[in-house]
Amino acid sequence: MRKQASNSFYAYLRRDLLLSYRRLGEAASPLIFFVMASTLVPLGMTPDLASLAKIAPGIIWVLALLATMLSVGGLFAGDYQDGSLEQLLISPQILVMPVLGKVTAHWLITGLPLTLVSPLLGLMLSMPEAGYLPMMASLALGTACLSLLGAVGAALTVSLHKGGMLLALIVMPLYMPVIIFGGATVQYGIDGLIWTAPLAILGAMLAAAIALCPLAIASVLRLTSIN
Amino acid sequence: MKVQFQTINQILDMGGHGFYVWSAVFVTLTVLIGLIVRPLLQHKTVLNQVSQDLAREKLRKKTAGEGN
Amino acid sequence: MNWVWFYRLASPLWFYQTTTRWLPWLGLLAFILLATGLVWGLGFAPQDAKQGNSFRIIYMHVPASFLALAGYFLMATAGAIGLIWKMKLSYMVMKAAAPIGAALTFLALFTGAVWGKPTWGSYWVWDARITSMLILLFLYFGVLALQYAFHNEEASNKASAILALIGTVNIPIIYKSVDWWYTLHQPSTIKLTSAPSMHPDMFQPLLVMILGFYCFYIVALCLFTRVEILRRERKTGWVGDLVGELNGSTEGKRQ
Repeated sequence: MRKQASNSFYAYLRRDLLLSYRRLGEAASPLIFFVMASTLVPLGMTPDLASLAKIAPGIIWVLALLATMLSVGGLFAGDYQDGSLEQLLISPQILVMPVLGKVTAHWLITGLPLTLVSPLLGLMLSMPEAGYLPMMASLALGTACLSLLGAVGAALTVSLHKGGMLLALIVMPLYMPVIIFGGATVQYGIDGLIWTAPLAILGAMLAAAIALCPLAIASVLRLTSIN
Repeated sequence: MKVQFQTINQILDMGGHGFYVWSAVFVTLTVLIGLIVRPLLQHKTVLNQVSQDLAREKLRKKTAGEGN
Repeated sequence: MNWVWFYRLASPLWFYQTTTRWLPWLGLLAFILLATGLVWGLGFAPQDAKQGNSFRIIYMHVPASFLALAGYFLMATAGAIGLIWKMKLSYMVMKAAAPIGAALTFLALFTGAVWGKPTWGSYWVWDARITSMLILLFLYFGVLALQYAFHNEEASNKASAILALIGTVNIPIIYKSVDWWYTLHQPSTIKLTSAPSMHPDMFQPLLVMILGFYCFYIVALCLFTRVEILRRERKTGWVGDLVGELNGSTEGKRQ
């Protein structure tokens, strides 16, 4: 039984990664958004490095959050439209595993690249050096949380015609604790405090999200994928 | 327990904070009254709609009956 | 244990008829409590040593905040009951609770803001409680938006109920996070209500206002639920009879 369960996890993980690979442009757009939007801040505010340094951690975290939020709507939309979501729902496997596979694929395509590219943004926004490691650590854990929480919103709005904005509206309050601790991790690092403390809380949130979100997503998909 | 204010002017002024206190009172009353009035109006509207629907239904049945 | 009363609660007709009888009285009670509390608080309670008369806003701000938060839990509970027992009336109550809660949350934020200006010099301060209340408003907006987005009534019910429950689980997390975040950046915590050290002369009208707000909330909730009942049950016999009765009585009067 266990072997079957993890099989569906890997199957859907591989499936989603393959589908994204076939549309690399679409898959890369959150990343491109992340980098492009970071130029908006100096343009809108000031090119002064000292001022940018002060707000850099928050800006990078906000942009990562927005990039994830904008991309998570597509998690179930494609499958809903071509009917494969329905196939998934009536199939005999435990729904939790495929869901987890899809969300993991989403994180590998969105959150992980964001994490890896974030030092570049740190450089552009003149973030102090002490912040780089905490930032990558917090983004790695935090974007995973955001993918999981966002997937719940995506499941709730999957059958709605213009669900994108509504998804953002629903999911943003849930995102707020994540960004509080994510930003604090980076700030602690810059200030020379123990940044692994808020990071640990972020890790705890991720653990809870991994345990609970797939269950929520599965029940939401079963209940609401009719409109 | 005694009355805190002697004149109407004092009540309106509230020791310099009159604007804040009375705008809070005004918005509070507006929201509370609104929360009562709105469902009452909606109630009336729905009852009207249902009675119109029923009248239309009755008329349709009547003409359908006469047609036969 | 006799559960008949619980299952009778599930009947929209029973709810409609009972509220038709009792709501005017409850409304009167709410009005008396609110009027008494407001006049007492505005005119008779002593003013605060530090804040002067602006502290009187507490008599509107605190009850609104209580009901805003309690209303969310009530909405989520109604959703949970609807999901577990498939009780339509419970879903209707949940739907009714959303706009009321959102309005009260807005009221809490507004009264908090006008209280903040004379007290702290600024209309808006990012302190833990106000920020948490703002996030609560966003949670309400989410549920409201989701409710109206679905065409299918059953999907709308279930989705809103689940979102309300997810929000409920998150409220303590959000509050604790915001609290931690605030103390991180503001070493001196400013308390909005000096509740433990409140003089009984100030506290008593507050109690009256809180009671009055609770009664008011129930009245508003019942009114909104009644409208929802009529909307959803418009094709049933008893609604038709009710409308017929009301029309018949007006026709009789006209002649």
